[in-house]
Amino acid sequence: MNITRKLEILADAAKYDASCASSGAARKDSRGSTGVGSTGGSGICHSYTPDGRCVSLLKVLMTNACLYDCHYCINRRSSNVIRARFTPDEVVQLTLDFYKRNYIEGLFLSSGIIRSADHTMELVIEVARKLREEHHFRGYIHLKTIPEASQALIAKAGRYADRISINVEMPTQQGLNTLAPEKNLARTEEAMGHIREKIDERYAEKRKPEAPKPPPFATGQSTQMLVGADASTDAVILGCANKLYTAHRLKRVYYSAFSPIPEPSVILPLKAPPLIREHRLYQADWLLRFYDFKVEEIASAAAPNLDLALDPKLAWALRNRETFPVDVNKAPREMLLRIPGLGVRNVERIVSARRYTRLRLADLIRLRLQMKKLLPFIITADHHPAKLGLDSDSLRARFLPPPEQLELNFDAPPAPVASDFLSVRSGEL
Amino acid sequence: MRTIVVKPEYEAWRAAARHLLAQRVMPDEVLWSDDPQEASLFVGEDLLAKQPASEAIKVPSAFMDMAKSAAAHTDSKRWALLYRVLWRLTLGGERYLLSMATDRDVRQMQDWCKAVGRDIHKMHAFVRFRLVGVDAVTGREQFVAWFEPDHRIVRLAVPFFEKRFAGMDWSILTPYECAHWDGKRLHFTEGVACSSAPDEDALDDLWRTYYRNIFNPARVKISAMQSEMPKKYWKNLPEAPLIAGLIAESAERVQGMLAKEERPAKPAPKNAYLESLHRMNQDEAP
Ligand code: SF4
Repeated sequence: MNITRKLEILADAAKYDASCASSGAARKDSRGSTGVGSTGGSGICHSYTPDGRCVSLLKVLMTNACLYDCHYCINRRSSNVIRARFTPDEVVQLTLDFYKRNYIEGLFLSSGIIRSADHTMELVIEVARKLREEHHFRGYIHLKTIPEASQALIAKAGRYADRISINVEMPTQQGLNTLAPEKNLARTEEAMGHIREKIDERYAEKRKPEAPKPPPFATGQSTQMLVGADASTDAVILGCANKLYTAHRLKRVYYSAFSPIPEPSVILPLKAPPLIREHRLYQADWLLRFYDFKVEEIASAAAPNLDLALDPKLAWALRNRETFPVDVNKAPREMLLRIPGLGVRNVERIVSARRYTRLRLADLIRLRLQMKKLLPFIITADHHPAKLGLDSDSLRARFLPPPEQLELNFDAPPAPVASDFLSVRSGEL
Repeated sequence: MRTIVVKPEYEAWRAAARHLLAQRVMPDEVLWSDDPQEASLFVGEDLLAKQPASEAIKVPSAFMDMAKSAAAHTDSKRWALLYRVLWRLTLGGERYLLSMATDRDVRQMQDWCKAVGRDIHKMHAFVRFRLVGVDAVTGREQFVAWFEPDHRIVRLAVPFFEKRFAGMDWSILTPYECAHWDGKRLHFTEGVACSSAPDEDALDDLWRTYYRNIFNPARVKISAMQSEMPKKYWKNLPEAPLIAGLIAESAERVQGMLAKEERPAKPAPKNAYLESLHRMNQDEAP
């Protein structure tokens, strides 16, 4: 099989992993070496495909042969796809060739599981080792690891990689039992715990001035959860994500709305979830990490699923209208962060400007805020809306997308609009 | 009212601005121009030399950073506005001015910085190097790229390429300035025409293979793609010619997936690891 054919199969096999981050690595670059590569700045998307996803890394599998039978996955053993396998040197060469042409900024290497977890990990690690040690490659490397792989191998993977990840796939073991019978949530979390310790160690050692250089290790770990393939509610999904952020300090949880695959399995639901659900989950995730929201405030036991028609912060504000309007000239930062339509950066701008002036509407317009969204929720020197006395439905109706969209999608949620797409990558509100 | 003609570069503006500030010239007493037609009137180096050292006026370094970036913008109003902000920050007594994103001048400056920052970022993303040869003496691979930035950003953008591609020789050609790296030093030459750059690389086909296969036809989001990769960049991207075709055939591909007969689960093969895994899973079951 020639390299083009292998690349076709093994890129196709890798595309369901949403992770594309290439930021947050330690600073390193190629100056003074014979190699290429640098990391440490903000990530760069070198291209975009028509699915709106960024292409920053060469994302491939070592092999798409797999012992496991995860029903949402094109590579599962029951699937009838053509199998291929790269040699380590082929991946190394592809990475370097692509990198030197500035098509990519690194490698994201994963693999179907063959023979055993350790054997598979060794294959993946060998590529990273060659890149780093033989070719002095200083670009970004993200390695997928397997929870059942030995500690020693995970440590070795972390030595070469900037990021390592294990996908939890489902927020509950119950979901895994049906859809990914070989996978186990407890073991995945245990492995994440070990990885966290190694990352912590790296940072702790770094802080001590006299300490010997810490063992090199990746600077972060991330994971992916599949949305819509099992019956888990958004509350369960966000609860799981929140636990991973707090207990194992993950850098990112990626949510991937399960989408139809060639070679579908009988066990999978027929209907894919609307992409907007994935988008709302990213927005909610942002609220957890940067806006100090609690999971229960966004998705409670009583209303466990996100409102697909409204962004979760706006939905929260409408449920808590007694909190508003908020005075942008006086309210503490935590409260400003709760105002729909106001992002972290603009909150900083407001806090810094109001030390010198009393903010008026014209000032906010100059910050290019979304005034229509903002107005009912804020007080400025020259604007004082009535208490949000409107009955809940009419205030909510104000923020719904225009009716023609609703008609088009009679029983589906409104079609996402361009601005939804814009923020879908970043999840910024 | 006086007219100050500067080379369209931050350093030239800074020298002139320093001079004017030392003489306490009010912003509305100056007309700024960087029109190359008036090159003979460029403020000379001698102006810098005449600068009385004792007149040094403290300027926040945050302003200098912003000014450097805003200066790379192509809006001809930038020199006057930068001087006005400089004046307000110092002699005007508004030392806190940069904290006021709500101020018109500050906002304008931030907009320019943002546009320039984006331009630099896109240059880092969309430059495509093409292999043109190998140096017979050093054995280093030599690459050339063509890029058309919106603003005058080459010098701001190239330190990134120096760090990332130190191990190869490269040139980045643009219409107004070119940058070259030979492993030891960076140097710059005049801009060239697009025809000076190679337009193919032997690897482009393999790259297109990757691009075609990493795309998921089940999630078409064209506006998301275009907002991050506007069409103006497409002509220099080897993968861009594939876009229309991928979009056109996506619906049919998804239909094909949905129509495909579902496959039953296949029993586990005999494998020691898999058996141990199943045992582990059973032990952990509550
Ligand atoms: S382990 Fe599961 S998800 Fe991973 S490649 Fe194999 S079948 Fe796919």
